[in-house]
Amino acid sequence: MTHDLIVIGAGPAGLSAALTGAELGLRVALLDEQALPGGQIYRHVTATGPRLAKLLGPAYTEGRLLTDRLAGSSVTAHQGTLVWDVAQDLTVTALKDGSAVQLRAPQLIAATGALERASPVPGWTLPGVMTAGAAQIALKASASIPDVPVVLAGSGPLLLLVACQLLDAGAMLAGLVETAPAANRRAALAHLPAALAAPALLRDGLGLLGRLRRARLPWFTGASRPRIEGEERASGLAFESAGRARLLPAGLVLLHHGVVPDTQLSRLLRVEHEWSDAQLAWQPRIDPWGLTSLAGFRIAGDGAGIAGALAAQACGALAALGAAHELGRLSQADRDARAAPLRDALRRQRRIRPFLDALYRPPEWISDPPDETIVCRCEEVSAGRLREMVALGCQGPNQTKFFSRCGMGPCQGRQCGLVVTQVLARALGRPPGEVGAYRIRAPLKPVPLSALAALTVLNDRTKPVDEH
Amino acid sequence: MFRPLETGAPERAITLTVDGQAVQAREGDTLAIALLNAAIVPFRHTALSGAPRAPLCLMGVCFECLVEVDGRPNVQACMVPAREGMRVRLPRGARPMPASHPDGAPQR
Repeated sequence: MTHDLIVIGAGPAGLSAALTGAELGLRVALLDEQALPGGQIYRHVTATGPRLAKLLGPAYTEGRLLTDRLAGSSVTAHQGTLVWDVAQDLTVTALKDGSAVQLRAPQLIAATGALERASPVPGWTLPGVMTAGAAQIALKASASIPDVPVVLAGSGPLLLLVACQLLDAGAMLAGLVETAPAANRRAALAHLPAALAAPALLRDGLGLLGRLRRARLPWFTGASRPRIEGEERASGLAFESAGRARLLPAGLVLLHHGVVPDTQLSRLLRVEHEWSDAQLAWQPRIDPWGLTSLAGFRIAGDGAGIAGALAAQACGALAALGAAHELGRLSQADRDARAAPLRDALRRQRRIRPFLDALYRPPEWISDPPDETIVCRCEEVSAGRLREMVALGCQGPNQTKFFSRCGMGPCQGRQCGLVVTQVLARALGRPPGEVGAYRIRAPLKPVPLSALAALTVLNDRTKPVDEH
Repeated sequence: MFRPLETGAPERAITLTVDGQAVQAREGDTLAIALLNAAIVPFRHTALSGAPRAPLCLMGVCFECLVEVDGRPNVQACMVPAREGMRVRLPRGARPMPASHPDGAPQR
């Protein structure tokens, strides 16, 4: 063992888990792929200048409460460290500075967060199509904004937030195309009373809508049949809204249909997952302390189900409390006493979630793309090809992968996995939960063979290793 | 496709080359943003069909921003910082097999 606790991912859940663990006296290693801590939500928050910080607002800069604590903690933080394998005994293998390193602890917390749901629409592989989150990352990490007219299309709070931030930063918005079906509003109403108990979040949302209204940009709702126009790069977005065909010219189309848990690591470790019909995504099954079906392996934050940054922070701390208790370093009474305020915070954060999930539920057609649409961007496999393979007898994503390499490219199915499951489920007339998901194997990301040649064990050098 | 904002913070200009052409960037930007700010689109043509591609996610998920950096192929441009003197090459479809490779032998 090199540590008591290893945490993977330095977003709100991971930072909170690592800090809580260290405060309880655990030897903690925190591994993160990015150059700076913060995850995607607090991306670059430690290095962002005052002008941009003001534009991105307090929901972003409050990330410094965590990163500042990290700087003064005993956590051994390894930024720029890509975890590409975790064994069943929780040995972690990562790529750092071009070499493979190994660490091991009896407790492992994965805080690998979320990624944007794929929006496979015809033409979405063209240059000039990005996700809304990508535009926000360009703003946060590199203070850069589109210099061409932008159309945003899709559904979800992040779409509206990015639209506002781009406006505030001086980008030219050529239109906002919302794809959430009108029926969503009715379904969401049932969850409104619970959401009213979270007035601050609702107020933020109404603020975004007001800002966008004042901008008087072309704004369409209930849009369907989207198609990216263009030959060598995107020239605009065609769609239907209120029974009319529309075309919005744009140099950049930003797509977004919510975020979903990144389950690459939990799939690699073969823990139990279930399909969430509310969030239309896989969720690893965890207990109240983040523990999965594999001993010692916990998941905290959006990687276990989407609930946002503040909920992730609470979950990270809860997972660390669970880890410390299991290591015999925290009594059950102390664990539960420390957990009580965290559970209150978590309940508050989760109140609005059913309302948001219902209001911004992606339209059915996003998981039922036209035949010509590329679904697996890496191996260029279309929706039609997937349906042909079902007609030939394929029963699930691992069979279609075998026959077509769908999901076998460099992204390892991160991007297409959910859609492939959904397309196959529809074609087979079976629920996604039965159709299953890609079997994920190491390496989680491609690593150079030369990195394996120099494998070293990464010990905690900050403290003497006490034998217990 | 993108442009840098005035941040008010001190900045240092750097120069890298893309397919031999000099490109200006800001120190601290990721390579992907440096290329997007220099209007370099597409980043690559796919090995399978030769289709043009550019970044989708900018967070290391999509692998659409793969370029060659200082002779190293398939580097995620969104995951590395742009550096002074960096030599970037944009992939143009499938690389030819060496003649010594069985698949590289002339077709009959």
